[in-house]
Amino acid sequence: MARQVSPTRTWATTVAAWIVGLLIFFPILWMVLASFKTELEAFSVPPSFLFFHWTTENYAAVQGRSDYVHHAVNSVIIAGGSTLIALLIAIPAAWSMAFAPTRRTRDILLWMLSTKMMPPVGVLVPIYLLYRNFGLLDSRAGLVLVLCLGNLPIVIWMLFTYFKEIPKDILEAARMDGATVGRELIYVLTPMAVPGIASTLLLNVILAWNEAFWTLNLSTSEAAPLTVFIASYSSPEGLFWARLSAASTLAIAPILVLGWFSQRQLVRGLTFGAVK
Amino acid sequence: MTEELRRLGRLLLAPSVALLFVWMIVPLAMTIYFSTLHYDLLNPGAGGFVGLENYEYFLTDPAFLASLRNTLVLVGSVLAITIIVGTLVALLLDQAVVGRSIVRLMVIAPFFVMPTVSALVWKNLLMHPVSGLFAFIATSLGLVPIDWFTDLPLLAIILIVSWQWLPFAALILLTALQSLDEEQKEAAEMDGAPALSRFFYITLPHLARPITVVILIETIFLLTVFAEIFVTTGGGPGLATTNIAFLIYSQALIQFDVGTASAGGLVAVVIANIVAFFLVRIVGRNLDA
Repeated sequence: MARQVSPTRTWATTVAAWIVGLLIFFPILWMVLASFKTELEAFSVPPSFLFFHWTTENYAAVQGRSDYVHHAVNSVIIAGGSTLIALLIAIPAAWSMAFAPTRRTRDILLWMLSTKMMPPVGVLVPIYLLYRNFGLLDSRAGLVLVLCLGNLPIVIWMLFTYFKEIPKDILEAARMDGATVGRELIYVLTPMAVPGIASTLLLNVILAWNEAFWTLNLSTSEAAPLTVFIASYSSPEGLFWARLSAASTLAIAPILVLGWFSQRQLVRGLTFGAVK
Repeated sequence: MTEELRRLGRLLLAPSVALLFVWMIVPLAMTIYFSTLHYDLLNPGAGGFVGLENYEYFLTDPAFLASLRNTLVLVGSVLAITIIVGTLVALLLDQAVVGRSIVRLMVIAPFFVMPTVSALVWKNLLMHPVSGLFAFIATSLGLVPIDWFTDLPLLAIILIVSWQWLPFAALILLTALQSLDEEQKEAAEMDGAPALSRFFYITLPHLARPITVVILIETIFLLTVFAEIFVTTGGGPGLATTNIAFLIYSQALIQFDVGTASAGGLVAVVIANIVAFFLVRIVGRNLDA
């Protein structure tokens, strides 16, 4: 970054970049603004940009519908649960492939990646019928299971790319000192792996929170997370724009914050290490 | 490596492999099995083996050709928009920009918005033919507002999905640009190479690989765009916005025709596998490096 850039040019690129950034961000901003309008103002022509009667009544209305909290809790349980279980299964696997690789490790990794590429709609029918027969339709356990398995390949891959960067010399030194594999795992590896595990957790909570194929198809009310709750606003009689905006803002706010924290890891996680 | 370590490795790997194997094989085998049956959920008695009849029915159905066309248009357009605009955004953010990290946050934000929210916000707040912001802008400019979901429904979906995926392309291409050797760029600049040829001879070749990765990964997700269609158009009007994923969904869970939906599901798997084949090869090559 030592390159000298003329101030005029910095000015021009800065202004251009801010305009582009604001344009891309605008739909979200517009939604947040609408969430503070009355229903009448949200719908009014011409639209009011900032000089409207600011109100928080929509948030009260959304919170007041007891089911909002219910769906938010479902989202937390489903996104958090599926990610934690996936991590528990994936950490040993990623450890194994990073530190005790065999001739087949590469093929196994690529095979795992290929399972992620199966389109969910290709197995919609059997999963739906199995869930119906086992009483898993519209159950949190069912959604946790399907999202956990669906994201498992990404979790393993992300962890693998992080574990692989831990210098092997440290492990060998620990082994020379007579540390058992268990001790090595707890005292040497885990502290070094925590940042990688944390960002894997973050990214997968985001993916699970926003998942909208299985949640829409396998849940209706009892287990429905926020993706499904928001979808219920699509019916013609449910066109309350201000309330839709308030519910949407609440639904995306936590994940937007998490997402901003995890943006550096996003690239590596989503490209399976192909771009760093 | 000790034998003990190797054995432990296998033991720790086994649960993941077993789970993914079951997750992949069982439903896929069931899909193949169902696809050879006459299986109607509304009329469960009338079952029976029908061979490849479901495939014939699915593939010759005019709805299949329409939805295949829609799928290709959707995937192709979103890819073109996100890659071209994404490259431009990445090039811009790679310049000296005051407050770049804030701009970066704004650019990446749409990626974190759940699909049902982005679809409904675009459909109502922006694209509504009377009260939407686009209609207001059009009227202010003396134009006739577009009734997006009646006149240009597929384009409306393409715009929504492009907005969701633009951050992904821009972020990955920006990451790649930032790893481009600064000295190389400087040397070319010193040599007096014009900006455009610098872009075509230095930057673009460097971006070739990340662009390929973006294309493949986006394609995998774009082939099965579902929620955006589900909450806005329901596949209509007519079949105007029905893609393969939505067609299979409606055959399975609206018409309850399990056999045909399963045949369609396998067609979707085959299409996705063609793309996956190339992606896995690229990622695999990187694994060796």
